[in-house]
Amino acid sequence: MRKIKKIKTIKDLEQSIQSQIQARKSEKKSVLTVSAGTCGQARGSLKVIKSLEKAIKEQNLEDKVKIKVTGCHGFCEAEPNIIVQPVNIFYQKVQPKDAKDITSETIINNKVIDQLLFTDLATGKKVSNENNIPFYKKQKRIILGDNTLIDPTDMDDYLSIGGYRSLVKALSDMTQEEIIETVKQSGLRGRGGAGFPTGYKWEFARKTKSDTKYIICNADEGDPGAYMDRSLLEGNPHRVLEGMIIGAFAIGAGEGYIYARDEYPLAVEHISLAISKAEEMGLLGKNILGTDFDFEVQIVKGAGAFVCGEETALIASVEGRVGEPRQRPPFPAVKGLWGKPTNINNVETWANIPLIIEKGAEWFSRIGTNGSKGTKIFSLVGKINNTGLVEVPMGITLREIIFDIGGGIPGGKDFKAVQTGGPSGGCIPKEMLDLPVDYESLAKVGSIMGSGGMIVMDENTCMVDVAKFFLNFLRDESCGKCISCREGTQRMWEIVTDITEGKGKKGDLEFLEALAKATRDASMCGLGQTAANPVLSTIRHFKDEYEAHIKDKKCPAGVCKELIQYSIIAENCTGCLACIKPCPQDAITGELKKVHVLDQSKCIKCGACYEACNFDAIKIE
Amino acid sequence: MEAEELKVKSYITKYNNEKKALISILQEVQEEYNYLPQEVLKIVSKALGIPLIDIIGVATFYRAFSLEPRGKHLITVCLGTACHVRGGPKILEEFERKLNIDAGETSKDGQFSLETVACLGCCAIGPVVVIDGDYHAQITIRKVGSILKKHFKKE
Ligand SMILES: Cc1cc2nc3c(=O)[nH]c(=O)nc-3n(C[C@H](O)[C@H](O)[C@H](O)COP(=O)(O)O)c2cc1C
Ligand code: FES
Repeated sequence: MRKIKKIKTIKDLEQSIQSQIQARKSEKKSVLTVSAGTCGQARGSLKVIKSLEKAIKEQNLEDKVKIKVTGCHGFCEAEPNIIVQPVNIFYQKVQPKDAKDITSETIINNKVIDQLLFTDLATGKKVSNENNIPFYKKQKRIILGDNTLIDPTDMDDYLSIGGYRSLVKALSDMTQEEIIETVKQSGLRGRGGAGFPTGYKWEFARKTKSDTKYIICNADEGDPGAYMDRSLLEGNPHRVLEGMIIGAFAIGAGEGYIYARDEYPLAVEHISLAISKAEEMGLLGKNILGTDFDFEVQIVKGAGAFVCGEETALIASVEGRVGEPRQRPPFPAVKGLWGKPTNINNVETWANIPLIIEKGAEWFSRIGTNGSKGTKIFSLVGKINNTGLVEVPMGITLREIIFDIGGGIPGGKDFKAVQTGGPSGGCIPKEMLDLPVDYESLAKVGSIMGSGGMIVMDENTCMVDVAKFFLNFLRDESCGKCISCREGTQRMWEIVTDITEGKGKKGDLEFLEALAKATRDASMCGLGQTAANPVLSTIRHFKDEYEAHIKDKKCPAGVCKELIQYSIIAENCTGCLACIKPCPQDAITGELKKVHVLDQSKCIKCGACYEACNFDAIKIE
Repeated sequence: MEAEELKVKSYITKYNNEKKALISILQEVQEEYNYLPQEVLKIVSKALGIPLIDIIGVATFYRAFSLEPRGKHLITVCLGTACHVRGGPKILEEFERKLNIDAGETSKDGQFSLETVACLGCCAIGPVVVIDGDYHAQITIRKVGSILKKHFKKE
């Protein structure tokens, strides 16, 4: 990579941005953008890149095409995927062997390769242009969209899409008060969970008198099932950094921390690289761009504790201590890191800032609903056809997300519920699919927006098991400081576990509800205060499923081991032997073309036969 | 132990002997030794002036640290929400059967440790399993045996 000369003034930065924008415009080569975030790599995108490099070399196409390795494109179901730019052809599930065809057909002959195109499940038609794929069509990708345009390890590439232009604007044309006023006017609310208005939070931190102030980027992303923060840090780290620099300037902070989840090595790598590049260029450090503004950023790696996503626990962890939350007030804006005023925002919140500064509060506040402005990124996962990260305007309905964007439920199964808000959230049933997705509406039905996990569940998901799952997570992750949280989550887990094992009793549900309320009311931090949501929301919307477990000792979804039995449906069994070998217990016997037999006394209900059978001949009941 | 001591001290000086860097220092120690040996913790305790009991407190609070030696190979099965609804627990059980150890344990020969994690951020392609840093997507019960074989055929 070309070594960049340090940028000394705001004007210099403006010029660098302009020249990079020009360079992008005058790019003559086609670009093969390969999605290579952690999920893309897990699906083999690095091998695809190698084959593409080889094919380009062999066919002497270096002058015609180049490869751009980008972060996640969002459509994870279709990984590894490639977008051929500038024509925007979207190739999905690309294998190394396809590389040669892509270069010889698409690059040399301008031909689209049909087999690599996405098939619209609704119409059965192939779709070539990225923008016409149903998954992308209803989205509004004002943040995530840039992931497909840039190499996250190359700062010039970020400049070439107008990156750091907002920093120029903030430093040259705006006062600190104006920046905060703009963020306030935009209506941006925190994307980390609670949805606190960001501009007001900044104002508190700015107004607290102190010689030292800090800002923190919360990249702990503890909600199991959410990964938008990872994707932003991996795919567009400079944007998060730009947001932080603007925020630090407005608040008057001289130091910033990024608290990154331990399980995200690639995100840490990319944000580290972005920080050192920004330092080298003079966008971080002393007298940034010739002003008297100093600002430095450090990364702190988390060590695997969910509660450290909570702001006061996070601060304790950055200070090198056990990550236990403390009572608020005083809020971090008054007394935070090392007792100094500290402003904490989530990764996605920071990523929104450059956009608001560039396009203005009015533009931003036109997106979304009255109380919830802008877009939100959701991770659409679980039992859904088009899994991935989707960015939608606030106020869109669950149905649009799950069925129009997500393409519905795989295998012709019925949709049962969607879980939002992670361990602090709740399950929303089928009857409420037309609910608009915004902070208020989700709260009304007993869930929350949270950080944006959206886990789709079908008829084969047991809602009691889901409640048990979250309680197990929470009792494990409760730091133990409040007895109500420590014992409350433990006892609720024990009761729900009993129910799933057929030991449920009359009165359990009433007791659970009482316990849930006590845990909520008596706990200090958000973990305990919301720990009851998964239980309360499943009892509220899926009471009949609990009752089937308690009264009939049955698990209607066929999940809870103690309450189910596997058996072979004789009419469907073709005698293909496929289930015999996978059975670890040798519980299935049979001969070719004869109906197989399952010995209940040996069966451990591992599910291997169910997975192996191609003829729906294994019944769970 | 002298050479060891120097090495450990080098981690500590890298962070200017600052107490606040305790977690980062423990992360480096863990990376080097694969766990936190008691002897090393004593060195850290002395150098930073933090009582050993407090260091153990921090080490046991955070999931990333282990006070016991871990196996040569680390197998991590994701049990996050997305992987859970796609059958993550069944995958874990299959690993437990195949390796003959429970989650959280290390095999007697010191070869394998089986651990769980609540989300690796690859939820779209779950159930996910990581073996020595390699991510495996959409694991099924039947694939467990074959990826174990593929990974460990050399041994
Ligand atoms: C138990 C618990 C876990 C949390 N985990 C996270 C997290 O992983 N990421 C995050 O951004 N916020 C998390 N939060 C919310 C933070 O406390 C804080 O409100 C947030 O980082 C503020 O940023 P925002 O205003 O931009 O949303 C968590 C809160 C609680 C109570
Ligand atoms: S839930 Fe398994 S990777 Fe997120």
